[in-house]
Amino acid sequence: MITLLKQFAVASAAAAIIATSVLADDIPEKGGTLVYSLAQTPRHLNPAVQSGTATGAPGAQLFAAPLRYDEDWTPQPYLAETWEVAEDGLSVTLNLVKNALFHDGKPITSEDVAFSVKTIQENHPFKTMFAPVTEVQTPDAHTAILKLSQPHPALMLAMSSQLMPIIPKHVYGDGQDPKSHPQNSDNVVGSGPFKLVEFKRDEHIILERFDEFFMEGRPYLDKLVMRIIKDPSARAIGLQNGEIHLSTFESVARDINRLQADDSLTATPDGYAAIGALDWLAFNTASGNTADVNVRKAIAYAIDRNFILNAIHLGIADEASTGIHPGSPLYNAKVESYDLDLDKANQLLDDAGYVKGDNGMRFGLNVDFGWPEMKPKAEYTKAALKKIGIDVTVRSSPDFPSWAKRVSNYDFDMTWDTVFNWGDPVIGVHRTYQSSNIIPGVIWSNTQSYKNERVDELMEMAGIESDTEKRAELYSEFQKIVTDELPLYTTNTVPYHTVYNNKVGNPPMGIWASSSPMDLVFLEE
Amino acid sequence: MVVPLCLYSLQRTMMNLISTLLQRVMWAALLLLAVLVLNFSMMHLAPGDVADTISQSMGGADAQTLAQIRADYGLDQPFISQLANYINKVFHFDLGYSYFYNQAVTRLIFEKLPATLLLVITAQIVALIIGVILGVYSARNRDGWVSHFVSFFALFGYSAPVFWTGILLLIAFSLKIPLFPVAGMIDVTVDGGFIARFLDLLRHMVLPVITLASIFIALYSRLCRASMMEVLESDYIRTAKSKGLSDHRIIYKHALKNSLSPVITLAGLQFSAVISGAVLVETVFSWPGLGTLALQSIIARDTPTILGILFFSALVVIVGNLVTDFSLRFVDPRLRKH
Repeated sequence: MITLLKQFAVASAAAAIIATSVLADDIPEKGGTLVYSLAQTPRHLNPAVQSGTATGAPGAQLFAAPLRYDEDWTPQPYLAETWEVAEDGLSVTLNLVKNALFHDGKPITSEDVAFSVKTIQENHPFKTMFAPVTEVQTPDAHTAILKLSQPHPALMLAMSSQLMPIIPKHVYGDGQDPKSHPQNSDNVVGSGPFKLVEFKRDEHIILERFDEFFMEGRPYLDKLVMRIIKDPSARAIGLQNGEIHLSTFESVARDINRLQADDSLTATPDGYAAIGALDWLAFNTASGNTADVNVRKAIAYAIDRNFILNAIHLGIADEASTGIHPGSPLYNAKVESYDLDLDKANQLLDDAGYVKGDNGMRFGLNVDFGWPEMKPKAEYTKAALKKIGIDVTVRSSPDFPSWAKRVSNYDFDMTWDTVFNWGDPVIGVHRTYQSSNIIPGVIWSNTQSYKNERVDELMEMAGIESDTEKRAELYSEFQKIVTDELPLYTTNTVPYHTVYNNKVGNPPMGIWASSSPMDLVFLEE
Repeated sequence: MVVPLCLYSLQRTMMNLISTLLQRVMWAALLLLAVLVLNFSMMHLAPGDVADTISQSMGGADAQTLAQIRADYGLDQPFISQLANYINKVFHFDLGYSYFYNQAVTRLIFEKLPATLLLVITAQIVALIIGVILGVYSARNRDGWVSHFVSFFALFGYSAPVFWTGILLLIAFSLKIPLFPVAGMIDVTVDGGFIARFLDLLRHMVLPVITLASIFIALYSRLCRASMMEVLESDYIRTAKSKGLSDHRIIYKHALKNSLSPVITLAGLQFSAVISGAVLVETVFSWPGLGTLALQSIIARDTPTILGILFFSALVVIVGNLVTDFSLRFVDPRLRKH
């Protein structure tokens, strides 16, 4: 017994020594300037009123949020030291850190949290995130209670830097429209680990350490320079010659393969699970031959996902089959995957009565795409569907608005598209399938005109279900149905990669990738 | 009696000059108005608008947000009233507010204009100098291998697409032999005084200037060569030779000025081509100038910014042509009479 105890004591002591020595080694030196290339210029730097990752990358450094997420979808404390979700799911209490300051030295209080929620509700384009929040109570300076009209599990993911930055009431509450407030781009007063030095559109965003950041010892970097370089080849060259230390959202397969082969760099697909970007072929289920589910299934059987993964994406993308990203804990892989089966496809069309004409074609369809990167998939569609007797015409659009107008006004048969999940399905997935979201003129709504009562019901129930297992079951059934009815055929995840120089320590890898705070990032010299 | 006559002719020359100038300014103003109206109309013909691109940058927006954006920017008004509003603003020297960039258009343009002017003017000067030197040299040794090499090389620079030349130069001199930076105009991480930052700017300018100049070196060198060869055939040159003047003196004191005339005319005409070439060069090198802004605002359907840039480009071209005309008068006295 004593021997066991002794062994245990020795083992724990050893573990403690190892742990502290590892920890001691792990606390990096402060300093350094990290050069991070962005592919797009943000319109401004305030994610409370502007969504999108272009604003999210600098926004997550300038503003803090109640929670932050690691690689496992587990919320970690950030501005909220602790938090509780009530038993009935109708309120969420956030206990804020006591010593947090804005960049102008004023304290961050629950009033600011309440103000931020209200600003987001009124100005942010994603309405489902905070729709059930009826009010935010502030019993004291460091407690905020969000009251909900119904249980809202999506709220937890929404309380991260990309979607709920905490903005100062004393700056943005001055009566000006927050969407065009001058301090969205200049003299930004933020709550995050870095403060703004300079923002020159199409050139750079220079951030430097905020010395009074509430997390002790962080951030490690002195300066973070975000250079806006739109050309992917220029970014790749910059990474290779060491001018650029970090780049996110790289997706050109040839560049990534080349960069992966470079010893001084690491290219990883990790970190994009919450953004949840998927490529799919969307169908117009309201008119034309695509209104027939047999036609849609036949098309799905005729399009070889493996070709897309290997020949078009050169092996760097992952398979996806439902409208939910495979990286999400709610993903259900047990659905019909529509592997290549030309016989079945032809059979389906024969049985449904689409006869082949003299030229071997049954009927014609258009396929659209919104931006040049999707063109290979559209052209492949033409070749693939020829084999089952569908004559496809590839229609290109001069630019995004032309394509968006076409698709959102239902002037299409099929279109390739990329859509983001944005964390919780309530935020980014429901909008595609809800029968109440068939609104002309709005791109990335239910442009497929898909209507299924059971699916609407499942989404509504899952939106308010706090029990994770029950929720997963509901979304399982949802994914089965939508994969069976195919309003859209999901083929792959968008192969976003983070490429960084090996000198960069702790590159942003949590589920929100570049839209997470980079206070733990350091540079080895 | 002589003095008043001189004064009189001087007065007439000045009045001629002023009336020419005024006429030119009037035509310029009409041209600018036409540019604005035409481009405004064309922008509106395309389906979709800036609310769609804002929605794209945001990863999707609901109907309410889109409607609000359109109302904020007056995009839901009838076409004619939007056009009238815009022209009215321009007459009051207000180029409007950029929907996409959230900034006054004038501020956007003035922030980016110096970068483009720097690139364009330097490229033109470099192209002119190198073109003239090559042209003169190959005119003197017209059958030498240098002459043929110059023709070939220059033609290559002219025919190769400018973005291809740019990327090749980047791969060669930024990646394989890392001499020059890959993008941008300045390196913000450079500390130090004025000299350090000036040298940093020069380093950044080398590749884009060479790329942009490469198109025009061909034109200028061949034209200068042809023009110089023609001038060297003329009688007065033969006279100078028979008088025993040195070759050097003949070429640089007598022949050059006369052969430069067509080259300068061409340079002036090419000004607009330089600006459009600058758009491509700026995109490849991420040079933060008007070219990049133009491309981005066209993609974003940001009408006020596009019109502002077109206005400025038209202005720059008109001024460039005026400057060319007046410098021709300087070079060629025969034009001064008009």
